[in-house]
Order: sequence, then C-alpha cells, then structure tokens
Amino acid sequence: MKIIVAIKQVPVRDSSLHIDSSGHWIDEDDLSYEINEPDAYALEEALQLKEKHGGEVVALLAGPERGSQTIREALAKGADRAIHIECDDLASLDTLGIASRLAAAIKDEKPDLILTGLQSDDLGLGQTGVVLAELLGIPHATIIMQVEAGEGSIKVKRELEDGWFQHVEMPLPALLTIQSGISKLRYATLMGIKKAKTKEVRRISAGDLPPAAAATVTLERVYLPEKKKETQLIEGSPKEAAAKLVEKLKFEVRVI
Amino acid sequence: MSGVLVVLEHRGGAYNRMSWEALAAGQQIAAASGQPLSVAVVGSDLEGLSGELASKKLDKGYRVEHALLKNYTADGYVSALEQLIKKLEPGYVVFPHTYQVRDFAPRLATRFGQVLLADLVGLRKDGDTFVFVRQLFQGKLNADYRHTGSGPCFVSVQAGAFRAESLEAGNTTVETFAPQIEANAIRNKPDEPFREAAQTVDLSAAPIIVSVGRGIKEQDNLPMMEELAAALGGELAASRPICDNGWLPMERQVGSSGQTVSPKLYLAVGISGAIQHLVGMKGSKTVVAINKDENAPIFEVADYGIVGDLFEVVPALTEAVKKAKGA
Repeated sequence: MKIIVAIKQVPVRDSSLHIDSSGHWIDEDDLSYEINEPDAYALEEALQLKEKHGGEVVALLAGPERGSQTIREALAKGADRAIHIECDDLASLDTLGIASRLAAAIKDEKPDLILTGLQSDDLGLGQTGVVLAELLGIPHATIIMQVEAGEGSIKVKRELEDGWFQHVEMPLPALLTIQSGISKLRYATLMGIKKAKTKEVRRISAGDLPPAAAATVTLERVYLPEKKKETQLIEGSPKEAAAKLVEKLKFEVRVI
Repeated sequence: MSGVLVVLEHRGGAYNRMSWEALAAGQQIAAASGQPLSVAVVGSDLEGLSGELASKKLDKGYRVEHALLKNYTADGYVSALEQLIKKLEPGYVVFPHTYQVRDFAPRLATRFGQVLLADLVGLRKDGDTFVFVRQLFQGKLNADYRHTGSGPCFVSVQAGAFRAESLEAGNTTVETFAPQIEANAIRNKPDEPFREAAQTVDLSAAPIIVSVGRGIKEQDNLPMMEELAAALGGELAASRPICDNGWLPMERQVGSSGQTVSPKLYLAVGISGAIQHLVGMKGSKTVVAINKDENAPIFEVADYGIVGDLFEVVPALTEAVKKAKGA
C-alpha cells in the first residue's frame, strides 16, 4: 500500500504570538515550528498501516526552507521518502491554491491512500484534504478514528458529533483526514534519525508547478479577540488567590 | 448571481439546532445586502421537515429530495447541492459548521472554484461586500476575511455565534427540487451511526464541575485534581487530550465531541480553551479559569481567573475550600 501523508509545519503549541507591524499576520521571527499535531497522527496511522500491510509512506509538505526540519522528523519516525514543495508564498494562496499545488506535485505518484490531519492548528480551516480529494477525483472521509484496509477498499470509523460514530466503506484510492489523539505517537529512534539522513527528499520549486489561481478569499487583518466577558483576575500568591477565590465562590457564586 | 441560500441540517427527523443559527446568519446577510433568502434541506423523504420550514420568514424553501440522499454521503450531497446552486445562482451559501458540513462543503465549494470560509464567529457589511470574522490559532487571534472570488461565497458559522431566537415567523412556499443522481456516482457506503458503551456519568446534571486539560501534564497529577473536585462536591471532567491519553474515560470529556454541560460552577484547570472545548461549556453559569497563560482563550469566557502555576494554586484552593466548609 502506497500512502502519501500531507503534513504542515505550524508554530509550536503555546507559542506567544505577536501581531506583525502590517497587521496581516503574526511576527514569525522568534517562533519555533513543529508538525501540525493532527498531521502527526495522520503520519502515525500511515506508519501503522505500512507495518500491517507493507508498502511505502511518502511525506508531503509545502512551505519554506524551515519545513525541512519537519520533513526530517517524519523521515526519522519512519516515512520512506518525502516531497518538499518549496515556497514562501503560502500566505498569498487560499486553500484551493495550496491544494492545487499538492495535487500537481503528486500527480505521478498514484498513491492508494492519502492521509492528512483533520485541520491545522494555525488557520484551522480544516479543508485542504477534502479539496485535494476533489481535485484528484477520489473519494474521501473526514475526522477518522480507525482505518481497516481491505482489497482495493478501506473501511473507516468516522467520528460524528455528540459521541456518535459511523463506519464507512470506500474504494481506493481515497483520502482521509485523521482525528487527533487516535493512537499513541511514536518517537524517532536513534537509528531512525541516522537513517533519515540517507532518505530521498524530492524538492520541487513552486515555480515548476502550474501557477495557482488567484485567491478567492483574502485575509485582511489579524487582531486580538474582544473579550465577551469581564474576567475578574484574582491576584496574589497562590495561597492568597485561593483564599480570595473561595470568598467569591461562597458569597458571589454561592456554591460553597 | 444574487440571493442567499442557507442549507439546513437534520438528523432523525429533526433539524439540528445549529441550522437555525445558520439561518440567522443568512437573514443578516440577506437583510444587509437587500437580497432574497432561500433555504434548502437535503434528504429522501422530507415531508415531516417541511412544515417547520414553511413557518419561517423566507422567500423560498427547497426540499432537495432523492432516494439516494436517504443516508448522508459527501458525493450525494455535493452533487445535489451543486445542481441546486447552479439553478438558483445565489451570491452567498451559508451552512452551520457541523462535522457533516466539514465533510462535504469544501468539496462543493471547489466545484465552483471557491473555498469555504469556515467556522465564522461574526460578519459585518463593509461597502458593497462583507467582512467575515473567524478565529486563528485555536481562538487566540481573530481574523477578518473578505471574499474576492467571482463565484458564490460559501461560509459556515460556528455554534453559538449567531442567535436563533430572533428568527421571524412567516409563511413560506416549500418547493421540491429533484436532482439527477446516479447510484454509481456515490462511492462511499455508510453504515448506520452508532454510539459506543452507554454513558454512566451524566455531567449535564452536575452543579459543579472541575475540568482539567493538557496543563496538568501527567496522569500522576490527577489525584490532586480529584481532591479539589471532591472538596467542592463536584464531578471531574476533562478536555479531549486528557481522554485521548486514556487518563480519564471518554464519558468525562466536555466539548463538541463529548458532553455539553451548563453547571453553576465550571472550574477549568490547565485548559487553554480551544473552541471545540468552549462549545461544550460556555453555557455554564460561572466559569473560573486557572491557567499559566494570561492570553489563553479560556479567559474569554471566564468570570474569574487566576493566572499562575496550577500545581501551586490547586492544592491551596483545595485547602481553602475545605477550610471554608469547616471540614
């Protein structure tokens, strides 16, 4: 089974974010980056499927040079090779533009399965995978908890809302977006890290791909959300703050 | 290209509550732009859902019906709605941001060379167009977007972002629209939806909930949280990552994929407040947040907050609660 995993590099969780001087995006200078968490689960699922059924896992990433680090980590965890679409202009593209680039880069790969995370931790649009499936003309399913591969088809467990689930069967090739937390993520082994250095990374310049269509939506401004509620911040040492909070719970909230 | 089309969602013969919030957003766009408002519902036998639709103030209602639309599939829904949108040529198509919409709406928008502006928390008229507001970085930042494409503008709205109570009553004609769908065009074969083991904990009835998130770092720190919950006489709950790790059973999860709660007191410990969590608890009467990051989105909905190290604050709080209760 040949599996492509589309991964994205995002600022590390809990980064302190500052809006840049243009007001269009965040200041990226002091940020560290990591694999988008849901994509890490997509990679894990791909590696487990390969362990069960054999085949190949190919990591696919679009982004600037700093993406190489995230690719190396995917290779160290067990991906066989990688495709890096090198580009600095992701912010000027919309989901359709980015998905078109991904589709063009894997046009000759003919994978059985494409996996990606259900959404990104930065933009959170949650649709690159679904749009990619449409561009490739293959079926898809989203927010997947389990994958069972069969002969030319797969059966997946989809998460619905409010604790409901559903099994869905579909023919291969197909695309799945994977839910976070469905398994335990592996760490790269020392051997894996060593091996990663010898693995193939195909670098494609965005200029060598068909030009992306003009964006149909534009991000005009980022800003801190207005507070909906007035939060009373309770100051002091832990002990003082705890005592003050208990007063509030007793006399204002009346739950003690 | 003119008009606003709202696509409603239903399950088990009833409309999803978020459908009406999407309709409220659609009404806002229609009123601000002076365009007619239509509504579509997709399925196989929609007679029972028709009446409620007819009682809303709309310009037109559509029952998009086909035997192959009985069970949801992305292929079926995309094909049916693509045909309806080609016929109506609306300027705006509005959805509730449900898991089902997330599954098919991006694909539908792609058919029209557009992208879905997903999970809106607000919108406002600005000049001849609209500014659409959505959240970035799991609620830490807001962003203003504008649709600049030449096709219809596809948007989905976040749960609770628009008020369904203000919908006006009316008398609307509901028309049946029969799309052409071939059985072999539907590639996914869905089984019946199911629930896993029956829930034994009903968090929705608990008056006090102490809820823990990633901030507690390790499973070994759970007893400290249990002690606080016990001192307060409350139930222990958690955000998704804690249950994914198996530290607490799934039935104690609060959020879009877990339970929805509205206790008198919701004490969030080490929970950053991603939207998936907030939708499950923002109906709480009083919210207290303890978090080391003063910019954590949980403080957006908190009445009281302590910015600090939870490993110091929680034991102090447990002790103070015990003292106040005279235990």
